[in-house]
Amino acid sequence: MDYLKAFIVGGLICVIGQILIDKTKLTSARILVLFVVSGCILGGLGLYEPLVRFANAGATVPLPGFGYALAKGVMNEIDTSGITGILTGGLKASAAGITVAIVCGFLASLIFNPKEK
Amino acid sequence: MAKRIGKQSVKFDKSISIKSTAATVGPKEGEGPLGKYFDVVLEDILAGEKSWEKAESKIVSNNMKLAVEKSKIGMDKIDYILAGDLLNQGSGSNYGVRDFNIPFFGLYGACSTFGESMCLGGILIESGAAENVLVGASSHFCAAEKQFRFPLDLGTQRPLTTTWTVTGDGAAVLSNEDNSPYITAITTGKMVDLGITDANNMGAAMAPAAAQAICSNFKDFDITPDYYDLIITGDLGKVGMELTTKLLKEEGYDISKNFTDCGVEIFDPVSQDTHAGGSGCACSATVFSSYFYEKVKRGELKRILFVPTGALMSSTSVQQGESIPGIAHAAVIENKRGNN
Repeated sequence: MDYLKAFIVGGLICVIGQILIDKTKLTSARILVLFVVSGCILGGLGLYEPLVRFANAGATVPLPGFGYALAKGVMNEIDTSGITGILTGGLKASAAGITVAIVCGFLASLIFNPKEK
Repeated sequence: MAKRIGKQSVKFDKSISIKSTAATVGPKEGEGPLGKYFDVVLEDILAGEKSWEKAESKIVSNNMKLAVEKSKIGMDKIDYILAGDLLNQGSGSNYGVRDFNIPFFGLYGACSTFGESMCLGGILIESGAAENVLVGASSHFCAAEKQFRFPLDLGTQRPLTTTWTVTGDGAAVLSNEDNSPYITAITTGKMVDLGITDANNMGAAMAPAAAQAICSNFKDFDITPDYYDLIITGDLGKVGMELTTKLLKEEGYDISKNFTDCGVEIFDPVSQDTHAGGSGCACSATVFSSYFYEKVKRGELKRILFVPTGALMSSTSVQQGESIPGIAHAAVIENKRGNN
């Protein structure tokens, strides 16, 4: 059941992205930023939390999940260490995701070359 | 001497012969409907080089040598090289011809470059400044995507209106010898900008320029579309072709019966997933240098209007929201001289 929920929610988020690619002139980079910022705002308002509880990885793995992690990290850090948490909380909470992305990107660029198709 | 006719055209007096042509293309173009007409079809899009840019220069160098070889004129008899491509500073051509030791003019007319090079080559020969001129244009899908759209590493999806940049080089040896076919007249295009800002829809951006150049050719020489067996644009694609036909109809010219586009001819959009068709300097250059050149030479087409089209934006101008101006250069190519 968890798998199904994750698949449906994650899939729906991707469908929104696909519609934006097909129906608007937004570049992929802009859609990426839009998703992260939306996740951040929804997370800050507490609206993303229920989605995460419902679908788990289906909501945390797509880009809005990254925005949500940033917002949640800031809020938690403010609770524990005060106002400086605004600066430190976001990256602390998402450090694992960022590091994995950089390391995997580096490894992939070592192993693979871009191709025509 | 050449005679200036109307606002944009020139009629040549001397015989400007297209002595030989050569076309080298990448694997995808080789699989297309015109595959069997190209001189060389590469198996590897990197052409054995380490980068796409190096590959393009190697393609330029080898294909130009092939064109000269086929002309039997000899490299030492070539007075000028005129060539261009899509890469920054024309580096595809610059590096391609750097070992040739022949006077060189680098051109930039985006995808209209092959037309530009033929027109200028004709003028050089007509003026007596040269006897033999090597002209050409090249592009490379991967290098062009990287420079103008998105790096391929990003894996961005391509919208349905985008064209597929042709990988390859088309080259021709122009000579004052008396050999069919001939460039008998040219119509130089003007910058035309109707305010299109979508870099993924170049056909629409270039169509007004194509229509303008074709229309001026008709008016300058006081002819109708049926004067030509075929009017061939460079890389308008299906969308751009329809728009050009429509724009010319408004001017009172019906070109729907004898009009085609190299970008439409080179790929099969259904089986090759190329969306709006082929584009890039090499699109018109390779299709003319193989398929259409042979047809005119054999007399299957007696007189054509060859109109390579170009979109003259830069990646910076697109990012700054500038509209995309287009240009088109037309050359009248005939099987016999003095048909009229």
